[in-house]
Amino acid sequence: MTISYTRTDMLPAMAPPVSQRGLVKWLRENMLSTRLNVALTVLATAFIAFVAWNIFPWFWNSVWNAGSLAECRAIVAASAGEGASGACWAFLKPWWGAFIFGHQYPVSDRWRPVLAFGLLFVALAPILFAGQRRNLTIIFSVVAAYLLLTLYLASAPGLAFALAMLLVAGLVAVSQVQPERLLWFTLLYPALCFWLLWGGSIWSPIVAMAGFGVLYAIFRFASPVIGFAPAAGAGVVAAVLWWLFADAPLAGTLQEMIPVDLLRVPSDKFGGFLLAIVIGVTGITFSLPIGILLALGRQSDMPIVKMLCVIFIETIRGVPLITLLFVAAFVLGFFLPPEADFDLLLRVLILVTFFAAAYLAEVLRGSLAALPRGQYEAADALGLDYWRAQRLIILPQALKISIPAIVSSFIGLFKDTTLVVIVALYEPLKGITHLVRQDVNWKGIYWEPYIFVGVIFFLFCFGMSRYSKYLELKLKTDHR
Amino acid sequence: MAEAAKMQVSDEVAIQISGMNKWYGQFHVLRDINMTVMKGERIVICGPSGSGKSTLIRCVNRLEEHQQGQIIVDGTELTNDLKNIDKVRSEVGMVFQHFNLFPHLTILENLTLAPIWVRKVPKKEAEETAMYFLKKVKIPEQALKYPGQLSGGQQQRVAIARSLCMRPRIMLFDEPTSALDPEMIKEVLDTMIALAEEGMTMICVTHEMGFAQAVANRVIFMDQGQIVEQNEPKEFFNNPQSERTKLFLSQILGH
Ligand SMILES: Nc1ncnc2c1ncn2[C@@H]1O[C@H](COP(=O)(O)OP(=O)(O)O)[C@@H](O)[C@H]1O
Ligand SMILES: [Mg+2]
Repeated sequence: MTISYTRTDMLPAMAPPVSQRGLVKWLRENMLSTRLNVALTVLATAFIAFVAWNIFPWFWNSVWNAGSLAECRAIVAASAGEGASGACWAFLKPWWGAFIFGHQYPVSDRWRPVLAFGLLFVALAPILFAGQRRNLTIIFSVVAAYLLLTLYLASAPGLAFALAMLLVAGLVAVSQVQPERLLWFTLLYPALCFWLLWGGSIWSPIVAMAGFGVLYAIFRFASPVIGFAPAAGAGVVAAVLWWLFADAPLAGTLQEMIPVDLLRVPSDKFGGFLLAIVIGVTGITFSLPIGILLALGRQSDMPIVKMLCVIFIETIRGVPLITLLFVAAFVLGFFLPPEADFDLLLRVLILVTFFAAAYLAEVLRGSLAALPRGQYEAADALGLDYWRAQRLIILPQALKISIPAIVSSFIGLFKDTTLVVIVALYEPLKGITHLVRQDVNWKGIYWEPYIFVGVIFFLFCFGMSRYSKYLELKLKTDHR
Repeated sequence: MAEAAKMQVSDEVAIQISGMNKWYGQFHVLRDINMTVMKGERIVICGPSGSGKSTLIRCVNRLEEHQQGQIIVDGTELTNDLKNIDKVRSEVGMVFQHFNLFPHLTILENLTLAPIWVRKVPKKEAEETAMYFLKKVKIPEQALKYPGQLSGGQQQRVAIARSLCMRPRIMLFDEPTSALDPEMIKEVLDTMIALAEEGMTMICVTHEMGFAQAVANRVIFMDQGQIVEQNEPKEFFNNPQSERTKLFLSQILGH
């Protein structure tokens, strides 16, 4: 017997053997592979069929047009027979406005939140889809169509309608020529949105935004002379002085000279999804930068910074959001001077933001710790200073790892906005639904309003979840 | 070839380390290090694992802090002064065992990042420089890929090019080939030899004795945090003086 062997011809690569594919194979492998598996499949199928059998007629017999719950029931009985069950969605007709804007937001001004909501996507698009002209175009077209329709339905005044369309058209033009300029609109959007939602004189947000202009101008001209940090400090001081002393009189004077204003709507008139979205979007926008700073602070070498961050994070995480909201609503009132008219919604916004920021900070801390030390060392060895190393090397990677967790906490934050019912704000799930169920016409209705609110929340959260998936794929560069 | 290159050593001092000690907590990791590196000199440091080789060269660009003694790099003393540290770091390039490329950036972005943000070079110019050095390490065609798509040897050559883009005066290498498969070691060593021939001041921690014999002016042997022996390569390998050196050489050359 010989053990010597030499291959003379190398084998070419071949296609895998043709095996049976398709549904049958899949079923056999995944559903019916073992006896236990067969039993589970049968049981599960039976369960699904049972549930569907019982719920389906309820949906199938839905009634959309009726004046009251009794009328709904009568229609179901007439069409599907005595004793049949049927959903009654007719309450939506009188109540949908309350669900979306809150029952106290002035009906004549509902076009304002509608416009602000459309422009929100225009402002977000350059961040969410940076540099992707095709996606930008799609979003802008959808927003333009949305605004045309909804502003018309909400009977916006002609001037507002024309200005809004002009604005969108202008931004579309910019997106085609210089998409990076769109970020300016994103920066101005908070002021515009504030003005649209709360109303009042247009000069208040403009003069307030000018404070940032003051900050930047001083920083810009002083930093070559007195250095980076002192210039930044001087800018901040000047801006604070501006807001404290120049802001109100200047805005007042301008308003007297050129009066431009919208009907003022105080925060306690906000409700429904408008409220949920205002809290959710503000919380998300501000919690991310604050969370990043907290996470970096917790890793800092400076013991005092580190200790402050740890105390902040652990305190906020250790207390339920409901408790914080209570503090915001009732306890803060004792400590603030009585004449300080500190808006309830503003207090809620601040606490919700802090709450989300503390969670984000912990999520980010995990990803920062997961980055190999070599990344920090390579950045140091190349001479990058702390902030540049964080911004260019560390944070992009840490944020990328934590996208799923970050979006999860944003989704949680958005759903938690319903907790503000505890401080007597009319959020959609309990606040508005409660009003519907107290309405004489709809007394006794139970499932339908909750399902309606649930579906809308689902759409928002599912949207965020899909976006996170998209972002993960887009940023995937490790090719593992 | 290497003989000619060895002639280029100038009499200007590039790195001066005197009476340097370092501790990790209670552990005395570097003990009374004295060492002078001339401009254009190429030094190979070897020694058993844990002898403090990495720690020593990481002190040179202050990735590690020393507690006693003096380190002067290119005329700048390393102290707690951040300005000095940044100055030294931007003039000293470093290549790591595990490459440490930035995985979220393309090769080109890896190379242009520091020149743009630290040296304030215009983007276009930085990209031209980057392409020049990519050609030099023989992988210009990979410029738009991500590090994860390259082989280990290619990644290490990119890492070398990344350091070179900062136009450093001194290069530090910390076991640049020990994480590589044998077939990739040569391509990285070739790159380093080419760099040596151009007269770059280099300190190189490596156990590639062929490389040491070909390009080094001096080989330093370290053990237990101390410089045990140093000599020019021929003498060092053929006629080691200390018992520790003999033992070490017999171990790494033995198989
Ligand atoms: N960050 C650290 N903290 C404590 N001990 C360390 C640290 N880094 C290295 N050491 C120890 O210092 C010694 C020298 O390490 P190193 O310089 O990496 O050795 P070499 O590169 O020669 O293998 C080793 O004993 C190692 O365990
Ligand atoms: Mg080492």
